[in-house]
Amino acid sequence: MAEPRLIEISPVTRVEGHGKVTIHLNAENEVDEARLHIVEFRGFERFIRGRLMWEVPVIVQRLCGICPVSHHLAAAKAMDMIAGVDQLTPTAEKMRRLMHYGQVMQSHVLHFFHLAAPDLLFGFGAPAEKRNIFEVIKENPELGKRAILMRKYGQEIIEATAGKKVHGTGAIPGGINRNLPIERRDHFLASVDQMIEWSLDAVKLAKDYTLEHEDLVAEFGSFPSNYMSLVRESDGALDLYHGNLRALSSTGDMIFDQVPYTKYHELIVEDVRSWSYMKFPFIKTLGSDAGWYRVGPLARMNTAAFIDTALANAALKDLKAVTCGTPNNSTLANHWARMIEVLHCVEKIRELLNDPDLQGTDLIVKGDRREEGIGVIEAPRGNLIHHYKVDEHDQVTYCNLIVSTTHNNEGMNRAVKDVAVKHLSGKEQITEGMLNHVEVAIRAYDPCLSCATHALGQMPLQVELFNADGALVDSRTQCV
Amino acid sequence: MSGTKKETGFTFTIDGVEITAYAGQTIMEAADEAGVYIPRLCDHEGLRHQGSCRVCTVKAGGRSVAACTQPAAPGQAVENETPRLTKMRRDLVEMLFHEGNHLCPICEASGNCELQAMAYRLDMTEATRFPYLEPCRALDASHPDIALDTNRCISCGRCIRASQDVDGKGIFGYVGRGIHRRVAVNGENLADTDAEVTDHAISAEVCPVGCIIRKRVGFAVPIGEREFDHGLIGHDIEEKRK
Repeated sequence: MAEPRLIEISPVTRVEGHGKVTIHLNAENEVDEARLHIVEFRGFERFIRGRLMWEVPVIVQRLCGICPVSHHLAAAKAMDMIAGVDQLTPTAEKMRRLMHYGQVMQSHVLHFFHLAAPDLLFGFGAPAEKRNIFEVIKENPELGKRAILMRKYGQEIIEATAGKKVHGTGAIPGGINRNLPIERRDHFLASVDQMIEWSLDAVKLAKDYTLEHEDLVAEFGSFPSNYMSLVRESDGALDLYHGNLRALSSTGDMIFDQVPYTKYHELIVEDVRSWSYMKFPFIKTLGSDAGWYRVGPLARMNTAAFIDTALANAALKDLKAVTCGTPNNSTLANHWARMIEVLHCVEKIRELLNDPDLQGTDLIVKGDRREEGIGVIEAPRGNLIHHYKVDEHDQVTYCNLIVSTTHNNEGMNRAVKDVAVKHLSGKEQITEGMLNHVEVAIRAYDPCLSCATHALGQMPLQVELFNADGALVDSRTQCV
Repeated sequence: MSGTKKETGFTFTIDGVEITAYAGQTIMEAADEAGVYIPRLCDHEGLRHQGSCRVCTVKAGGRSVAACTQPAAPGQAVENETPRLTKMRRDLVEMLFHEGNHLCPICEASGNCELQAMAYRLDMTEATRFPYLEPCRALDASHPDIALDTNRCISCGRCIRASQDVDGKGIFGYVGRGIHRRVAVNGENLADTDAEVTDHAISAEVCPVGCIIRKRVGFAVPIGEREFDHGLIGHDIEEKRK
């Protein structure tokens, strides 16, 4: 009989942040337990205290280098509320939306082409040296070129609206600090149709992969769950920048709908577990066992009644048709959903570029000061909540951040266990390719582990294998 | 400059460039008029000279002197932008970064900050090589319209001179000795003083860094339109020669 073992995957690669996976195998080599551990320090909620309220959107975006715009805008929305501003000027809101669509576009493109594509193109068990963007470019130069140019387009949109491609200063309490000059608009308009064409191809690529690997997608890390996102206030359409909260069950039953996001704390509770710095949120009325939920591109496709851009809406109908209109519970379908959102973002960018409000000069609104502000946005990885309290001296006294990856914590852990059970249980020899299956399941959520723990420093991922006595038997550490 | 002054002027050189000066002018004043930039942090137009930061140190007559306080002398050969002086200035700026908590990426003065701009001008392309002292300094946000983040203070004393000499108030002063000497308010906190946003001492151009802050206007100027987005510190003076 084999000895019980512990496998450790550390670090998990091609994700943002530092985490590790531990897999406990019993004497029969069956998986007893599998967990995703987030082992980084959680700091921003604490050290933002005492800082001045208008600094917050600039400081908290430093949580992340991949989608800082999400934190920048969520914090700015919270600060709008504190500044007593309930309605921005059209120019300010549209500039912020443009920034956000550019950001979601570039982040999704980065994830799909640079991080996930090696798994999808070469197979989950392909040799490690094959699973990287350079091999993708070598294999398919046109795809590689598009990946780079699409990301560049999104990054340049961010630069035009925030002043820098990473960590800009565009959104300020009550508005924005710039408009879009005509020459920048024309620069983006010149290639926006090309971007739409490439986005359509990317949707097709993701769709074809999903349909051609129907059996794999149906079983790989898939399980029923609740879903939550913002939806547009008026009609429940997909809205990445603003709206109300909606949650659905795995079968499509409404759990709550059109709840203002300022009441998030009445809906969601965060559970703490000793082995992870990342909390486990759940829907209060359902309890921690039944109330956990998932967020992100696929969750948004599940919750949105429709998409208000024609091409993306047609793509959404294709996706929904696979599950006959009920929520899609397949973890790997996130990639398809992600590409539909890229298409939606580019359509929205084109719509905004043709809107003369972007050249408006009315940028900031002032209002009557409040002491508390909540800003919620749909970040690339899912719902993002920023909550602050500020004293009479403009200094932050309280901060609570619930980021997309935290919302998905339970889902990712279940995916890890599901894949470990299906692909590692009963195996004498655990290969690197088998362990990559676990990482593929995590990667489908495009997690940002540093955001989730508000961490400092460098953060790669690792997998550990423990025996029944809890002793470490094997571990794999991969460099990012 | 009046015609009379020109008639009584004399000449000296800075790095070989002939400069005309007038009786009573400092080396820096004459250099500024001639379009030759000498780096400085504690000196500011309209305030009395102090000569404390030593960033304006030049070689004159074989001696190291502060250009902001040293009178220009006829026939003198002044060295300004020599490799040795530039290195010394960079060392001084690095020490300022090492003494305070200067977090440029999140500071609202970034792009308008003279310390940051001076670091760029002096080609300080990496973090200071001196270990950060990481002092524990409080942020004084007690005043309704003004905040003081002394983490960023470089003790240049410009606010002290502006408040005393221009505003006639004396809101700021030095406290402590040696390495512990710092700028402080004459009161429990800023709300305990008669500081107003209209004071010259509070104006954005007096504080060279992000220590004295006007509340609720941070980051309103977009990246690309900030003072030093348009050129190196001193470019306005150097453009006089073009």
